[in-house]
Amino acid sequence: MKTKKWVGVVMLLAVVAAACGDSANDSSSGSGQTGGATDGGSTIKVGILHSLSGTMAISEVSVRDAELLAIEEINAKGGVLGKKIEAKVEDGASDWPTFAEKAQKLISVDKVATTFGGWTSASRKAMLPVFEKNKALLWYPVQYEGLETSPYIFYSGATTNQQIIPGMDYLKAQGKTKIFLVGSDYVFPRTANKEIKAYAAANGITIVGEEYTPLGHTEYSTVVNKLKDAKPDAVFNTLNGDSNVAFFKQFKSGGLTAATMPVMSVSVAEEETRGIGAENIAGHLTAWNYYQTTDTPANKTFVAAYKAKFGQNRVTDDPIEAGYVQVYLWAAAVTKAGTTEVEAVKKAADGITFDAPEGKVTIDGATQHIYKTARIGVVQPDGLIKEVSASPTPIKPDPYLKSYPWAAGLS
Amino acid sequence: MDIYLSQVFTGLSIGSVLLLIALGLTFTFGQMGVINLAHGELIMAGAYTAYMVGGVFGESVSLLVALPVAFALAGTMGLVLERVLIRRLYGRPLDTLLVTWGVSLLLQQVARDIFGAPNVNAKAPEWLGGGVVVAGATLPYARLFIIALVALSVTGIWLYMTRLPQGRRMRAVMQNRQLAAVSGIATQAVDQRTFFIGSGLAGMAGVALTLLGPIGPSLGTAYIVDAFLVVVAGGLGQLRGAVFAAIGLGVIQSLVEFKTQASLAKVLCFVAVVALLQVRPQGLVSVRSRALT
Amino acid sequence: MTALLRSRRTHGRAVFLLIGFVGLVVLPAVMSEFRLGLLAKYLCFAIVAVGIDLAWGYGGMLTLGQGLFFGLGGYAMGMFLKLQEAGPDGLPDFMSYNGLEKVPAFWQPFRHAWFALPAVLLIPMGVAAGLGALVFRQRIRGAYFAILTQALAAAFVILLIGQQGYTAGTNGLTNMKTMFGYDLNDPTNQRNVYLAVAVCLAIVYLVARQLVHSRYGRLLIAVRDGEDRVRFLGYNPTVVKVLAFTVSAGMAGLAGALFVPVVGIMSPAALGIVPSLELLIGVAVGGRATLVGAIGGTVLVNYAKTGLSEHFASGWLYFQGALFILVVAFAPKGLAGIRDVIRRRAPAPDMPMTIEPANVLEAVG
Repeated sequence: MKTKKWVGVVMLLAVVAAACGDSANDSSSGSGQTGGATDGGSTIKVGILHSLSGTMAISEVSVRDAELLAIEEINAKGGVLGKKIEAKVEDGASDWPTFAEKAQKLISVDKVATTFGGWTSASRKAMLPVFEKNKALLWYPVQYEGLETSPYIFYSGATTNQQIIPGMDYLKAQGKTKIFLVGSDYVFPRTANKEIKAYAAANGITIVGEEYTPLGHTEYSTVVNKLKDAKPDAVFNTLNGDSNVAFFKQFKSGGLTAATMPVMSVSVAEEETRGIGAENIAGHLTAWNYYQTTDTPANKTFVAAYKAKFGQNRVTDDPIEAGYVQVYLWAAAVTKAGTTEVEAVKKAADGITFDAPEGKVTIDGATQHIYKTARIGVVQPDGLIKEVSASPTPIKPDPYLKSYPWAAGLS
Repeated sequence: MDIYLSQVFTGLSIGSVLLLIALGLTFTFGQMGVINLAHGELIMAGAYTAYMVGGVFGESVSLLVALPVAFALAGTMGLVLERVLIRRLYGRPLDTLLVTWGVSLLLQQVARDIFGAPNVNAKAPEWLGGGVVVAGATLPYARLFIIALVALSVTGIWLYMTRLPQGRRMRAVMQNRQLAAVSGIATQAVDQRTFFIGSGLAGMAGVALTLLGPIGPSLGTAYIVDAFLVVVAGGLGQLRGAVFAAIGLGVIQSLVEFKTQASLAKVLCFVAVVALLQVRPQGLVSVRSRALT
Repeated sequence: MTALLRSRRTHGRAVFLLIGFVGLVVLPAVMSEFRLGLLAKYLCFAIVAVGIDLAWGYGGMLTLGQGLFFGLGGYAMGMFLKLQEAGPDGLPDFMSYNGLEKVPAFWQPFRHAWFALPAVLLIPMGVAAGLGALVFRQRIRGAYFAILTQALAAAFVILLIGQQGYTAGTNGLTNMKTMFGYDLNDPTNQRNVYLAVAVCLAIVYLVARQLVHSRYGRLLIAVRDGEDRVRFLGYNPTVVKVLAFTVSAGMAGLAGALFVPVVGIMSPAALGIVPSLELLIGVAVGGRATLVGAIGGTVLVNYAKTGLSEHFASGWLYFQGALFILVVAFAPKGLAGIRDVIRRRAPAPDMPMTIEPANVLEAVG
């Protein structure tokens, strides 16, 4: 008995000691102004919050790298407002409550001026209340399902009308009238497919099948059989992560080819094609806003800098580029506002433009999304993606699809 | 009609994958009562072996070279695991479960640090591309290869267990450890051999799985629960039981998924195993024993 | 002997009161809102840990699926909060994204506090009792039981994710701002939530303590160490095990429900196989079959997890893995056992029989 009490007391003391130690650094008022507090120091702290462990590390580690690269470049040019940017990196561990916890930590303990982070919709949904509660800023770099405009989030990835709809437009222009939907069982694929079905109904396209598999699923022979049975003209693929590898390998070994049944993917970028194996996915289509091969002067510099810093065998892709760009956009907004104070930065952000690797991007202040050019690409035998079609100008973000009559009943 | 034939074949091939990943477990679990949660990471080691070997040899032979290499590598890893940790935990099966889970966390992070977080790819040999068409249904060569590999492994193990003296000793230890020990069998040596073989099979499974799925640090976690279900449903250490259970679950999964959705199929497989254990608490095949636990 | 016992008891009571005073008065006063919120979260896990200790430490039932019960309680509470927020005619936000036009029938009862709050305990306990009766009657135990519970947790997660319109899928229930009309973001209310968690933990601890020190507790330990012998003596081990499993599920459900106002999210990510296993580590570190050890171990492990992941963003998995291996393999009695080793004392008689002192010594030597 005595032993247990002894242990309990020691642990309690440890916790108390730890708590007191932390209090020295923490502010006791969590709802206090963030951002402004850093103006007094010699550096500006920013948070970087991605999954560095767990299943999502596959994708998110590279985005963190790109964000760190952008910070390093800005610092080399003298920083922002005459101060260097200091990155505080935290691990979201592929676990949504952890994202919320670490976001709160960055805001109330590290007092960061802004945070760059997240990948999955679930992680963003988990962080959203934290940023709204603390009136702090989050920059989210990944294409997502739309239907959201939080006043404290800047969305630097594509919303659906900059990726999904151009993807469908392309298939329609190619004369594809029978489409099969394959997706992972979570919010992005389900919402995207809802929009695709509404689009199809208005554009004379038939949806001949719709399949969802659990996240991380690796057994696609049944789906392949269903594809063979339904004989669609094209497949619209919203699978996530590892499942893509299994899907494309089994698609190919099941005897299906890109020539007869092209797959349009919206979550497969250059980083993923390497894991899938270029030989398994070559010839299939993707819809993004940026490819490593995108031909702009800014991209040549970006790709060279990224490879020089992280290794020649690394590739860049859309979310990586969005992560890189959003740091520059934030820095530009801060420079224009003359402060890191959140409301001022938000106000200053409207209309800011930047010559990004993907071409010119502009912040739309009303939705806090970015004007982006939609680009349809074909995967090449070397795993890189070649652009075959692009929107003539950057597309205005429309997260609620208000400008599309067929989408009236969706949100 | 051909679609149903395809689907039955699919059930068979899902079953063969399940059997491949469960085969090693059924022995380590059956003989030593060791729930090795790091089994998935041994599969991962096999998959990365295929990737590494693919970089050295040409893609047409690399798969065949990788199989024995992965067997040896994963087997050695299992051997080390047994000698360093699991042996200390003899008679505490639930503790081995926790310890091997710790090992699995470590190995995943090691893989992430060595190979990077993103998936890598091992090219499948050309001669496994495409498939044979039977009655309008395509049977992919990759799937046929896996079925053949499983059949070969099962036959090999069956011969080992019934024809070789080492195998007979293994069965003796599995059925009654104390009695085997007093009969002069060096149970520790037998344990080591079992662990080596069981882990080696996991490595081979990893190589074969590169034909179907991803090669990444969290590869093992995707398969481990399924593997345990097969072992539990089949009965501990029962080769025959594991074969029936794997094919049964594979067919259930493929038919339910064909009629409905993959998520539902997965859930129904779990329910089927729970229901089965209600009828046969020791799994499909069990050894009659008067021993008390 | 009786005098010694009495002095121990008063001693124990004093320590309990001291811990209570520190936990309820000192900590809320000195800790920042953020850290207090974290501590509240750890205490939620500690409540689960007490339940696991009851089932595993005392009853020998290694449950790898405690996330299932945690989730049942958490979702019951989350549904209640979501409906409160939506108002009598409103629809929770995620349902409208998913095209649902009205609140589904099985959500309706959770509108009412009189249903939702007891449901937090009763649903997990009901499920556990049903499951336990089926499984234990068939004498499924040990590894079989562990794997079954793990499979159930996995199946539950797949089911939750698959039914996105009804459960919000992977995202889970998020953005819960009020509870009984109180603003959960308000620092005072956050502090009150912490106090509620701490009081619940104290109650759970006392209930568990009462159970293990009763006649029933002795029976439970007896079942753990020799189920067949207990059966030969004329007891029914099934009933004993089902009861412990049910109580432990109730505790997990309660913890899940408290987790919701503390963290503001209930999602499948908190319930799957990995979180269920992580819940065990605290019990193993603190020392199984010691209730205080389970609580202290859980708080300490979670504290270490937060601290390490803050300082070594990518390397803490090494630590977690190593901790698991070292503690379970070399110090199976956890922290509670270390002092015994230092003092070179024989293990206390209420420790599990399976521990080999030799291993403990090796770990230190």
